[in-house]
Amino acid sequence: MKRKSWRDHLWVWPIVYFGLGFFNIIFAWLGMIDFMLPFMFAIFGGNKYFCNHLCGRGQLFAFLPEKFGCSRKKLAPKWLSSSWFRYCFLIFFMAMFASVCWQSWLVFGGTSSLRETVRLLWVMNVPWDWAYSAGGVPEWAAQFAFGLYSLMLTSAIIGLIMMALYRPRTWCTFCPIGTVTQVICRLKNNPSRLESTLS
Amino acid sequence: MAKRFAEFNTRFCVSCGACMNVCPKGAIEILRGLHAVVDKKICVGCGTCARTCPAGVIEVKTDEA
Repeated sequence: MKRKSWRDHLWVWPIVYFGLGFFNIIFAWLGMIDFMLPFMFAIFGGNKYFCNHLCGRGQLFAFLPEKFGCSRKKLAPKWLSSSWFRYCFLIFFMAMFASVCWQSWLVFGGTSSLRETVRLLWVMNVPWDWAYSAGGVPEWAAQFAFGLYSLMLTSAIIGLIMMALYRPRTWCTFCPIGTVTQVICRLKNNPSRLESTLS
Repeated sequence: MAKRFAEFNTRFCVSCGACMNVCPKGAIEILRGLHAVVDKKICVGCGTCARTCPAGVIEVKTDEA
């Protein structure tokens, strides 16, 4: 049996994150840690240390079925982990992130007003006005927080559905961050050279 | 005696590390973010990783030699 370390308890992080964002949307900015850290490890370390050891979301998807048996543990359809689907989902996700940045820019420029809603699954606008009180931070920062929280919550919901229907960490097979960091690792480490060194 | 071990289809591995985290023997590591690799000397072929892998790229094989 492997000894548990502090890293094995990071499943708490997404719960804390969504909890904080429920009461004060500005905490949604903390989600940038989940965006930036994997890139740092991939760019500077040439590895997926974040996915492998630090991803709280991945750990939560593994933890919930272990404790509550809430997963069918069936193998997901192969197309979910195919390259074309992973890249298409990455492009879609990046477009959504660009849209969040664009909305914040419009609010910054005064062209658009702040929308105090969280958009679930890219279509449902859920009022979230209790989590923001005007004056504390610039409105564009609040708009970005609402957008980022929407993205994080939407991807968490998709991940939870995947967890319940298929194997616990099915989300990881097409997670946009995982896809892009794997591409960076491929560019940084020549796979064929590494394999010839190993054999 | 036949030896059982896990074999990875590295081409389709998403290097999430789920297999590495459940391996009771610590026989799996992720090679530079590219794909998982198993140390066949340590692997006992229990199949825990194969049942966990979300991409279904692990098979437990038997080496008759």
